[in-house]
This record gives sequence, structure tokens and C-alpha cells, in this order.
Amino acid sequence: MARVVVDVMPKPEILDPQGKAVTGALARLGFDGISVRQGKRFELEVDGELTEERLAEVRRAAEILLANTVIETFDVRVEELPEPSDDHDQSEPAEEAELATQAG
Amino acid sequence: MGPQLGPKIGVVTFPGSLDDQDALRAIRLCEGEPVPLWHGNDTLDDVQAVILPGGFSYGDYLRCGAISRFAPVMAEVIKAAEAGMPVLGICNGFQILCEAHLLPGALIRNDVRVFVCKDQDLRVESVDTTWTSDFTKDQDITLVLKSGEGGYVADEETLRRLEDQGQVIFRYTNGNPNGSYNDIAGICNERGNVVGLMPHPEHNVDSLTGPTRDGRAVFSSVLNFLTAKV
Repeated sequence: MARVVVDVMPKPEILDPQGKAVTGALARLGFDGISVRQGKRFELEVDGELTEERLAEVRRAAEILLANTVIETFDVRVEELPEPSDDHDQSEPAEEAELATQAG
Repeated sequence: MGPQLGPKIGVVTFPGSLDDQDALRAIRLCEGEPVPLWHGNDTLDDVQAVILPGGFSYGDYLRCGAISRFAPVMAEVIKAAEAGMPVLGICNGFQILCEAHLLPGALIRNDVRVFVCKDQDLRVESVDTTWTSDFTKDQDITLVLKSGEGGYVADEETLRRLEDQGQVIFRYTNGNPNGSYNDIAGICNERGNVVGLMPHPEHNVDSLTGPTRDGRAVFSSVLNFLTAKV
């Protein structure tokens, strides 16, 4: 099993009213000089081995449904999941720590 | 011959559609035969035109219209639209038509960041479509506008093409309510059989329930077109 993350963002030239509202709220809270654009993050759990074909399929899914490419851009990336490790431990400790933070 | 019935116009109900009943009623008031269609069906029941009504289909999840665009009935709607059948998308229906790429561009959240609900002044820019032929060019009308994501956007080339080819058919007047580029309230495809608009003509067909009856011409246009064709 693999996790694929798809990030979707409004194109830079498209107005982002949600981002503007968040920017305004941050300023009111005293967080000055911060400008926000708001997008979406999709976490896809993909069964089986993540082959190139499978990844291409995910990209197609992102293009067809997850993003509207008229107004949004998307980015697809793979996140390694920790092995269900009782039998043997082959992952490096540093990597595990990072994964733990992401999971938390 | 049996009783004289007007042309059959289908109205698709998606989960979360709100204005399907008003659209059916508007068709009836304008002497067409309203036919309720269900999003999960893969047939159009021999209708001669289709309306995708307003509302919040699939709760506006993901993006407005993004899920509905893949409803089983939409495969038939797309096929029929490409073959020239008159298709009208009102509000959420307009969003669905854009998501389905039957119309160019997209609708985003209002620039004013609030839901807008008002009687909106419009100008009819084109009467060369199946759904606007009963208006007069440059006619000033008022229709209900009620939407949170009614900002029409498209890239510059698309906008230029829409303007040059007369595909902008309704424009907001007396103020732009939602940040739509070029004050665009409604557009059509190149052929003129597919029309989408944010305001609600189906709410403006009866003096008892609407401030104007300006919406009637949308329904009479298509009914006259279909009657003439038969």
C-alpha cells in the first residue's frame, strides 16, 4: 500500500476569496505581513504496488476530478508508508521519526 | 390525436438540487410538458431539451458541480448536447455545464465573499441562442440571483473568443454582484444550443411569486424553437 498526496491550488491569476478571508483574519489577529492562498490536499491510499502505470492513473484522476485545471493546478507526490513491521526492522530510525510526525 | 401537449423538456434532479420543481413549473406555465429526470438514470426519456436546475448538488463537495458532472444521466446529457439538443444550466446547472466542459470557463466564489441573494438587473446580449430567441437584443431584464459561487472566470483567450463570437448572452448591469469577468452572467457554446446562466429565470415566471416575469422568455424561446422544428 502506498500513499499518494495530491495538492490542488488555485492558479495564481485566479482570485482566491477564501485565501483573502483567511489573510484578513490573520491580520486582525495580529499576524502581520502574511498573505494566504488556500488550496486542497488529498491523501490517496493506493492498494498494491505503486507502479508507474498506477501513478499515471492517479495523475489522470487528479486531472479529471480532483482538480479543475481551468482554475487550479495540481501536484502529485508519493509518500512512503511505514512497513507493518513486526517481523524485521529495515527502516532507518530518522526516516521513522519523520513519518511519525507526518502521521501525527 | 390526444390532447395537445407542448414539447417535452426534462429537468434533472440531483441529490441536493433545489430548484428542479420551480423549473418544472416554469415549463408547465409556458405550455411545455415538464419531465422529471433522475440523476442516476442513464436515459433522457425522449425529452427534446434538458434543464440542469439550481441548488447544491452533492452538497457542493469538492467543487460546485464537480461530482454531479459524472452522474450517470450526464453521459446522456453530454451526448445529446453535442448532437445539438437544447441544454440549459441554471446556477448550479451552469457550474455543472462548465465542469462537464460543455461550456468554457469556471465559476468561483463571489469576490464579495458572501452569498448574494437579490433581484439582479441584466442585459440580454444575444438572442441567437435556442434559449434567448424570444428576448430582444439589449433588452434590460431583472432576474433573481442567489449564489455563493457565481464569479465567472476564464482565461483571456477564452474571454476574447466568447466576446468576439457573441457567446456572452447575459451581462450584469447596475453593478457586478460577484466579480464575474466582463460582468458575465450567462454564456452559450459555439452552436448556441447549450446555455448557462447564474440568475434564475425559473423564479421569474409568475407575478405572484416573483418581481418580474422576465424569465418566461427563456422557456418560451426553447418551446417555440422545438415547436417550429416539429
